[in-house]
Parts: sequence; structure tokens; C-alpha cells
Amino acid sequence: MTTAQRVVVDPITRIEGHLRIEAETDADGRITQAYSAGTMVRGIEIILRGRDPRDAWAFAQRICGVCTLVHGIASVRSVEDALHRAIPSYSLPPNAELIRNLMIAAQHVHDHVMHFYHLHALDWVDVVSALKADPKATSQLAQAISGYSKSSPGYFADVQKKVKTFVEQGQLGIFANAYWGHPAYKLPPEANLMAVAHYLDALAWQRDVVKLHAIFGGKNPHPNFVVGGVPSAISVQGGGGHGKGPQHRGGQDATALNMVGLQTVANVIKAMRDFVDQVYVPDTLAIAGFYKDWASRGEGLGNFLSFGDLPSKGVWDPDSYLIPRGVILDRDLSKIHPIDLDNDAEIQEFVSHSWYKYAGGDAQGLHPFKGETELNYTGPKPPYQHLDVEQKYSWLKSPRWKGKAMEVGPLARVLMMVAKGDKQAKELVGLTLKTLDVPVAALYSTLGRTAARTLESKLLADAMQGWFDQLMANIKAGDLRTFNDQYWDPSTWPRHMQGVGLMEAPRGGLSHWIVVDDGKISNYQAVVPSTWNAGPRDAQGQPGAYEAALQHNHVMADPRQPIEILRTIHSFDPCIACAVHVTDPDGEELVQVKIK
Amino acid sequence: MQGSLIDSLARQGITRRAFLKYCAMLASMMALPPSAGRAMAEAMATARRPSVIWLPFQECTGCTESITRSHSPSIEGMIFDLISLDYQETLMAAAGHQAEEALHATMKSNHGKYLLIVDGSIPLGMNGAYSCIAGRSNVDLLKETASGAAAIVAMGSCASYGGIPKANPNPTGAVSVSDLVKDKPIVNIPGCPPIPVVMTGVLAHYLTFGALPELDAKGRPKAFFGETIHDRCYRRPFYDQGKFAKTFDDEGARRGWCLFELGCKGPVTYNACATVKWNGGTSWPVESGHGCLGCSEPDFWDGGSFYKALSMPADPLKLGGAAAVAGAAAGVAVSVANRVKKGAAKASHEKATLADLEK
Repeated sequence: MTTAQRVVVDPITRIEGHLRIEAETDADGRITQAYSAGTMVRGIEIILRGRDPRDAWAFAQRICGVCTLVHGIASVRSVEDALHRAIPSYSLPPNAELIRNLMIAAQHVHDHVMHFYHLHALDWVDVVSALKADPKATSQLAQAISGYSKSSPGYFADVQKKVKTFVEQGQLGIFANAYWGHPAYKLPPEANLMAVAHYLDALAWQRDVVKLHAIFGGKNPHPNFVVGGVPSAISVQGGGGHGKGPQHRGGQDATALNMVGLQTVANVIKAMRDFVDQVYVPDTLAIAGFYKDWASRGEGLGNFLSFGDLPSKGVWDPDSYLIPRGVILDRDLSKIHPIDLDNDAEIQEFVSHSWYKYAGGDAQGLHPFKGETELNYTGPKPPYQHLDVEQKYSWLKSPRWKGKAMEVGPLARVLMMVAKGDKQAKELVGLTLKTLDVPVAALYSTLGRTAARTLESKLLADAMQGWFDQLMANIKAGDLRTFNDQYWDPSTWPRHMQGVGLMEAPRGGLSHWIVVDDGKISNYQAVVPSTWNAGPRDAQGQPGAYEAALQHNHVMADPRQPIEILRTIHSFDPCIACAVHVTDPDGEELVQVKIK
Repeated sequence: MQGSLIDSLARQGITRRAFLKYCAMLASMMALPPSAGRAMAEAMATARRPSVIWLPFQECTGCTESITRSHSPSIEGMIFDLISLDYQETLMAAAGHQAEEALHATMKSNHGKYLLIVDGSIPLGMNGAYSCIAGRSNVDLLKETASGAAAIVAMGSCASYGGIPKANPNPTGAVSVSDLVKDKPIVNIPGCPPIPVVMTGVLAHYLTFGALPELDAKGRPKAFFGETIHDRCYRRPFYDQGKFAKTFDDEGARRGWCLFELGCKGPVTYNACATVKWNGGTSWPVESGHGCLGCSEPDFWDGGSFYKALSMPADPLKLGGAAAVAGAAAGVAVSVANRVKKGAAKASHEKATLADLEK
């Protein structure tokens, strides 16, 4: 029997960035209050001020190396949107949009698979239990749920041997001091062994599928982008020159985006679809079947927001997006509320519980174009035991839509697709609920969030083939354009312009807001997915999505072993470096540093 | 109970031959003599896996992501066979108290012996409150953890040089590892992020020889940072011919002409992208049409626009202070100077073959 207490989990591991959760539990271990705090800040938006807007993507991209391309895309889109608002004829070549779609979808599928196997799985999968599995029975289990080729008894025996050797050596490394044997683990040994095998397979798979980013963007993590299109020219016609030079290198063409590169992209798309269909989807369903109690826990806010993405007729035609834009309130899928991006009263950020200061008082919310913020750390001096949650307690702000807290991410997007009537999304959701034999309400839960991420991966992996086919058809028809050089030079820009770059990142709706004066950045604001989800309470005391989810039906078996907290927090796939951001419009004196 | 590496590999069906081949590849890549490959194989085959602690400070997790992209050795190969990765927040199963306990237990039982890897810069502003883990500031954690480390790897440009948090106006007072730690061997592996095989290659070198590889004046391993991107660029012939892409999809861009005029920082950037390439040799930034950002050089974020052409000869140091003339004319002179140098480098760059190792 425990007593009421405050549980602190810091660091929350298996996430991107620095996140701290403080929770109050009652005598039964039930979480009554939860507080989410981002504990690291870099000030990238301050750093962006005064710079060339065409450079901004590279800085913004370093907000996060996990969802490594999304801030780059949002950033170039913000500059392009500013140009488009000022000069309506400004547009992007169709090939650039197709290549961006392929890169975005590849990011989602890669990121979601890595999240499931390498960040989330150890919440559900007991690695030590896998040692007790019968490889033959594991093989039967695997073959019963999937046609994946790596499913022989020998294959699982080899994996088990590898793990056994590792454990017997007595150096457990990243698996040390974890929660193995905790009663919350429910999988039989065979399912654990299968999941451990796929943990390793997914590591090898992810290394190969990022080659798509390497072809189009030169490398991964942190592929390259360019305002006005994509950087890599299409090089399928041969160099045709004379003498020494790349055009003569063993039949290869001049850029990576040649016929060999395009074939690599085609192979990656197939590898992505195969892994999602044969491993990720069946594993999710198999594991979820043992954890149905998590379908009535971690419900969260019930409000969902998506900016939408993956255009088929250009980024300025949101009706053509595969993922729709809009807001769902109170789980009511019969209505998608429109978002007015420029309405000052719709998207706002609050700092009542964040370590920032507003000139007009901390109770108001500010629209990102008018984002006015100043670093204002008022927390305890480190080292500290607890944060003062009645006051400011996070480096994350609290974004709101019309004053309401919103959940963003795969669940929001899948719901938006269902609400919009997307046939495949409806079928997949229906099939999942039927397979697991759970009601529609199960979607609004820790388990629902995790399952939505899997379903979305299937939707996006399947869509990639269509964009690739279109790209090839364009190339065949002689359209090689990938870049719009009109208005490349900032001296051709209007003196003042502003724009917003929107996209759906793996973790949810992302928006970069840029104000440009005389060709330089005068204000830059990133309102990012994990800020919506992980942000602290607002001026009205409304919790953010993490906080609300943890406050729904969580009883901790042992407050010193916070596996319940990890499950629900990981179901959001936190990305905290993304979520923390700062601007400093007055440019007042910043920190002075002296090195001894 | 404590099996050696070669035993463990054998149990996993990895042959001695395959293992030796890997060591030979590493030795060759790092321009070490053939005997080094054999030494590596012997050292790694007998060792209990050395303890490694990886601390994340002001970072974006791009460095961790990058090392998971290493093809040879793979991250799982490293974790299972080469190192004991005892603290790594992105990958470790334990959280909160359990994670802290794992850290302290490792520091205690491997005092003076563990390798410390740091990614991210360290903010000194506001008593360190700009970045905390478990209520403790990064600077506090670094000092404590560094005191028991045998050596430190500053992984990525932020840990090496301060990186993006330190970019003007450095809002949080970010500094590098070597700004704070003065009494330990430190190797900088810059890059935003570093090339995966460079990360793992330096680790393998350390595991083999128990010491860091030879470093340049900026604390980088010479084996990977000894030459500029420009010197090894496959588009170099076009630079020498004065053929430059003018936009990102003109005829020159499609033919792979030099990106100098689009702002490529390859001439002033020391890194191995042009030779090792990225993601299993698939491509690298210049091959995919974008100029080099210069991400392995200190303060590259404040070097002017990424799209502004360098206004100096490709490498003034090597030209011995020749007159600064941009473009093709200077390029020819540079290329002559470098061809001489390249010949010398090639001669000293011995390749270890499998046969050498099995002698």
C-alpha cells in the first residue's frame, strides 16, 4: 500500500529531448494531477533574427534531428508562402512538390517504425522474458499473423541466442535497470521474442530506407532543402560531355537523382510498404491484443487539430491534401471546423506557466505573427527536487485554438481523414477495431494513439507509390523542373512580407511563422507539435494533452517504477527539443558568458 | 561467464574472417598501416566490452540518429559486441530514477575507465537552468561525469564547438565540452550531424588502442578531417574547367557542374563526406545538388549566407597567400597545387587487405 505522493520522472527516456513529468498520486497510486515540463532551451528563433530567410531552413531543421526534415520543409514553405502572398503567381514546380511529398511520407514511415520498435516497444515488451520463449512456437505465432519471410524457428533461435549471450555476459547496457518482470508486462514469451527480433530488424531496415532522403537531400539526418523547390537537379539524360568528369563515371549520371537513384527510391518505397504490411501492422495488432485495458486509459483532451499536408495540386490548395486540415471538437467526427490562420483570436500561445514574459501581461494569448516573448526563468536554481507547478514550470509555451487545448499527431490526422470520408482510412480503422474487438471509444486512448500511428504509416507508405509514378511520368514527358529561380534573389522581394509554413510532422501539426523586412528575418516563430501536446497549463488552468491524458485512469502499481507514465507519454512520441522555442523581439541584453 | 568478443561473435555465427575483414576496412579507412588492422582485431577480440556513457545536453538528437544509420559497424553490432552502452537516454529502457541509478552505478564501477560521449552544447547562462536533466544543470553533470572518464568524445558540432546554440547572439551562453573540461583527452567529431562511420570508426580506434587517434589543431581526428570537401569532390574537374551551376536546376546543375557559385563551402570545410559519402554510400550533399554548408567547421552558422559564393581562393593557406581571385582562374592554380599534395597523400595512404591480416 502506498501513500499519496509526488512522483517525478526525469529524464523521460526513449524520446527526443529533455522532458520531466511530475505527478501527484493518491493513496491507491492513482494519478490525480500531472505536470509536463520541458527542461532545455536553445533559443533558435532568437538566433534566426536578422538572417537571410533562404538560410532559415538549415537553422530551423536543427530544432530536431529525429523528425529531421520537417522543420526544414516548414521553413522553406514559410518563405514561399510569404512570396506567394505578395506575388500570387509564385509557385513551385510539380516535381518539387512530388519529391517533397515523398520525403515527408518517408519521414513519417521511418519515424513511426523507429518510434514503435525503439522508443515505445520496451514499455510493452519484456526483453528478459523472451529468453524463455520456444523458438518453434514463436515461429508458428509469427507465421500465423504475417507472411514476413524472416519467421523460421532457426531465425528466432538465433535472435534468442544473441540476447542470451548478451545477458549472460552481465553487461546489460541500454537494457540495464529497467522494468523487466513488472506485472504490467502481459505478453507471452513468444510474443516478446518476436518483438525483440523485429526491434533488431527494424534497426537494419531504417538504415536502408533513409536512402530515399540521401538521394533527394544528400544525407540523413538533416537532408538539404532550398526555397523555391528541391536542391537536387534531375540527371537522367547523361552528361554528354567529353574528357574526364562525372558523366563518364561507370554509366552514372551527374547527380544522385539519376536512373540509379530513382531505382533506389523505388526500392525504398517497396521496402517501406513491405515492412509496414508484414511487420509493423501485424505486430501492433498482436501486441495491442494483450493490452486492451490501455484502450480505456489516457484519453486526453478529445480536441484534435491538423494543418493537413501532402498536396496533389500544390501546397496552396489545401482541398487537394491527402491529410485534411481542420479541427475536431469533443470527439465529434460529424464536423470538421475550419482554421483561420490569420485570425488573431484563433491560434495563440500562452505563457502563464512557461518561463517567458509578455509585455502586456502573462494572462493574454498572442498570435504567432505578433509573437512577443522574452526569456524569464523563474524556476528553482539547479539542482532542484521539484518544480513549483503553481507558478511557471516549463520552457514550453501553451498553444491554444480559440482558447481550447488541442491534441495533434497521428490520431488527430487519422480521425480527420475518417471525418472527411477517406475510404482507406475508414476501412483500416474499422478493421482494427474489429480485429481487437474494441468499441470506437477505444480510439481515444493510449492504445488508440499508438494504433493510429501504425495505420497512418500504412496510409502514407501506400500513397508514396502514386507520387513516385507521377514523378516518373513527368520525367518521361521531359519535365525536369525542380526549382523556381524567379524571386530567388532577396533584392527582388517586397520590402515587407510575412508567411506561414505549415506541415504535418510525424508528431503533429507544425507551423513556422516568418516576418521578413528588407530581405532579412525580423520575426520567426515555430509552433510545433510537441508544444501543443506537451505544453503546460494555460491561464485558465486547462492542462495540455500529456497532462490531461495522464490524469485519465492511471494507477501506478509501484510509483518507483513509472511504466504506466511512460506508456502514455510515449504514446504521443515526445519531441521536446522541437517544442521549446523562444523569441526576443526587443533584442535586449542576453547572457554574458565568461570562460575561465 | 564474461565471454570475450571473439567468442561472442563465434556464438552468433560471425566468422573470424568476417571480423578481420571489418578490422581491415576500418584500418584502411583511417589510413593506418596494415598491422593496425591486426592489432584492432586482437584488442577487440579479447576485451570485456568497455563502458560508454552518452550524455545529451543542448542537442537535437540528430547525432544519436546519425549513429543508428552506421552500416559498419551497425548500432546493434556496437551495442551487442563492441561497447557496453550503459547510459543513452534515447535508447535506454530505464527512465527517471532507474536511469539515474544506472548512470551512477556505471560511473562508480568503471571509475577512470569509461568513455564519455557528449552531444549538445552546454549552457552557462542562468546558473545552467537553460538545460537540466533530473533537476541538475548540464554543466554540473558534465563536470561530475568527466571526472571519472578515461577520455571524452565531443559528438557533433554542438559538443565540439558550441554549434547552433552558440550561433550569434548565443542566447543561452552555450559552450563546447573543451571550453569546460581541460584535464581529459578529448576528441571532437564535428558535423551536423557527423558521418555515421566516422563516429563508429573513431570509437573502434579508441577501443583498439586505448587512446584517441591523432588530432588536428581543432581537436578532430586527422584520418577523417585531413582534407577539404573540395579537394576530394567528384565535381572538382568542373571547378577546374570553370563550369558552374548557376541555379539549382539549370543545365549545369543537371550535368553535375560545380556548386561554388551557389555558395558551396566545400573549399573551406574539412570532412570526409566526399569520400565516405552518406547512408551506406548512397549520396552526399553535393552529389544531391546542394552546396556544402560547412557543418564540421567551428562557427559555420555565422559564416555568412549558405548561398553566397566564397570570395576567396579555394584554399589560401595551401596557395601560400596567393592573390585572392574568385572563380575559375584561381581554381586552376589551386588544383595544380593540390594535385601535388594529393599524390603525396595517396602514397602514404596504405590499404590493408584481408591477406595482410591473415598472414
